[in-house]
Amino acid sequence: MIISVASGKGGTGKTTIATNLACSYEGSVQFLDCDVEEPNAHLFIRPDIHDVETIRTPVPEVDMEKCTLCGKCSEICQFNAIAVLGETVLPFPELCHSCGGCMAVCPEKAITETGRELGIIERGSRKGMAFIHGKLRIGEAMAPPLIRKVRENIRPDVLTIIDAPPGTSCPVIASMKGADFVLLVTEPTPFGLYDLKLALGAVKLLGIPCGLVINRSDIGDDHVRAYAEAEKVPVLMEITFARKIAEAYSRGEMPVETDDHWKAMFRELYSRIAAIVQTPIEKTG
Amino acid sequence: MKIAISSRGKDLDSPIDPRFGRAPYLIIVDTDSLEFEAVDNGANMNAFKGAGIQAAAAVSKKGAKALLTGHCGPKAFQALEAAQIKVANDVSGTVRDAVAAYNEGNVSFSDNPNTDAHW
Amino acid sequence: MQELVVISGKGGTGKTTLLAAFASLAHNKVLCDADVDAADLHLILDPKIRQRHDFQSGHTAEINPEACTRCGLCRELCRFDAIGENFQVDPISCEGCGVCYYFCPENAIAFPLNTCGEWYVSDTRFGPMAHARLGIAEENSGKLVTLIRQQGKERAQRDGLDLLLTDGPPGVGCPVIASLGGATAVLIVAEPSVSGLHDMERVAQLAAGFNIPAMVCINKFDINPEQGKAIEAYAEKKNIAVMGRIPFDPMFTKAMVMGKTLFEYNGRSEGSDAVRSIWEKVAQRLDDMERKNSQ
Ligand code: SF4
Ligand code: SF4
Repeated sequence: MIISVASGKGGTGKTTIATNLACSYEGSVQFLDCDVEEPNAHLFIRPDIHDVETIRTPVPEVDMEKCTLCGKCSEICQFNAIAVLGETVLPFPELCHSCGGCMAVCPEKAITETGRELGIIERGSRKGMAFIHGKLRIGEAMAPPLIRKVRENIRPDVLTIIDAPPGTSCPVIASMKGADFVLLVTEPTPFGLYDLKLALGAVKLLGIPCGLVINRSDIGDDHVRAYAEAEKVPVLMEITFARKIAEAYSRGEMPVETDDHWKAMFRELYSRIAAIVQTPIEKTG
Repeated sequence: MKIAISSRGKDLDSPIDPRFGRAPYLIIVDTDSLEFEAVDNGANMNAFKGAGIQAAAAVSKKGAKALLTGHCGPKAFQALEAAQIKVANDVSGTVRDAVAAYNEGNVSFSDNPNTDAHW
Repeated sequence: MQELVVISGKGGTGKTTLLAAFASLAHNKVLCDADVDAADLHLILDPKIRQRHDFQSGHTAEINPEACTRCGLCRELCRFDAIGENFQVDPISCEGCGVCYYFCPENAIAFPLNTCGEWYVSDTRFGPMAHARLGIAEENSGKLVTLIRQQGKERAQRDGLDLLLTDGPPGVGCPVIASLGGATAVLIVAEPSVSGLHDMERVAQLAAGFNIPAMVCINKFDINPEQGKAIEAYAEKKNIAVMGRIPFDPMFTKAMVMGKTLFEYNGRSEGSDAVRSIWEKVAQRLDDMERKNSQ
């Protein structure tokens, strides 16, 4: 089963929920941090990293010996990433979306592919939990291809928890697509409500069952609850604001590790999700 | 020789548009005869990325050997360099003024782009 | 004209609430909500929309089943797995590269322009505002960010206003990059936590990469003073000006729930005093930069 933990904006406690959910689970579990712009989960899970892989995306390279300057490559490119300039053809790798169009269209077979670095993927583990995250190279603009690479690590036989990036644009979709369940984390404030509406729109677009965690449920107002009820989105857990939790978070600690009450809460959350997905996976550990 | 100038309008008396990739027109002028052609750059004006690259390709296609403009970002600059087009990127006034300045040798060509990448 | 972009390595650090508070302190400015993925500023500033435009960007392929002979070439060429076995394009996966459209031997594929959001120029009780709404699952928010900032600048020029106050997007990807190019300075709103330092480092590197002077302030400082100090120490080492500390103050949330800025709700709390002092320092620095620039 794949559970994607998402929220319309950052700072709602998404990573806290995702990491605690994973760590409280009793069977085999893998954790994928797909928030490649700001991967933070490792700070809480503290995995031992075993290997690091540099991820590249293909971009064109032109053999000017073969090129006849016909211009077909720049004509097909939707992203202005390759141009005929005087006596030469110049690719602009940062703009390239790696569609392969220029290579396919070139009548002289003058184009081959090299790589542009997107970032790295680090794999590790902690107490039997597999941990994988991607880190986008600073200055790299395209997150989705790196997210797709992180997701290639999904093992179908274990529970997979994905920490999705905040928002509702393409990186978020890339992190939610194909999940069995999306857990949305929000706060009961006007910002929280507005962002929840957007996030829910994205989940509906993908047609994935979802549920809600209301974090800091005692601040703010009741509009989020009313909205969830109207939209028939089950509220699976509410966490009140406790300064203690905020402080533990700030130190990189996970409450489930030290507090049995929290552990029980998160197990309960998992069983509610499993009940909704209706395919309880086998416990192996 | 032919040179290119980024312009707000279609003729020699139009003011120079300081932007290169997003200027509405590129005027290609023959510096001897003052014969000119206005290249519509409108499609590029609305492009969000790589506008300067396309504009550079257009200038290169028209056979211009120099570009007079206000600002030129790094990608466009790289593109123009590849096309062996010299760039003067602090030119202002009208297109006609710019051509005159060029003919008098009063424009300085630059080795560097002068604006940040425009994303 | 100057532009201050308020950013944070990640969302939820109180960036928007802070920006709204600045809006009630700053003079002669245009507001810009460049956090188009989670545009929240309008919830406090309640803009009256004066201009509304479609935001179009990119294309999506569409297969006409009547003309399609199911030759399979498009499925072979598409690198984004966007064309299913039923020869329908999944618009969510479609990257808009046009390769299928170009190669289809039957000309069975259309490639229309996408409308992926709306952008607005509005009036608020604190001055004009440029903002947008990006459609769900749409990409290219970087392009929209660029557009919003341009609109903000144009409005400022027209009205003779000299400051653009921009609520930047979180993260370090395309939208943030789009919000930085050409900015006068950035103010990073950091959070004192293990991840806060990490987030702040990444976004500070990005600003440094663009050669944009950075300032930092720390929100909810007292939640973890040690981490807060670590962030300040990092900032000093990297030549990032430390503008001050904001204590954890429930007034922020209370004001937000009422749709008010901090100062409209209660100008006299511990938090609001801190925010006022930070704004004064930031404004001072912007003035200094302006003066240096004009010399
Ligand atoms: S691979 Fe696609 S995006 Fe990249 S340069 Fe070629 S045509 Fe353009
Ligand atoms: S399509 Fe091939 S031959 Fe034609 S300009 Fe491009 S690289 Fe050269």
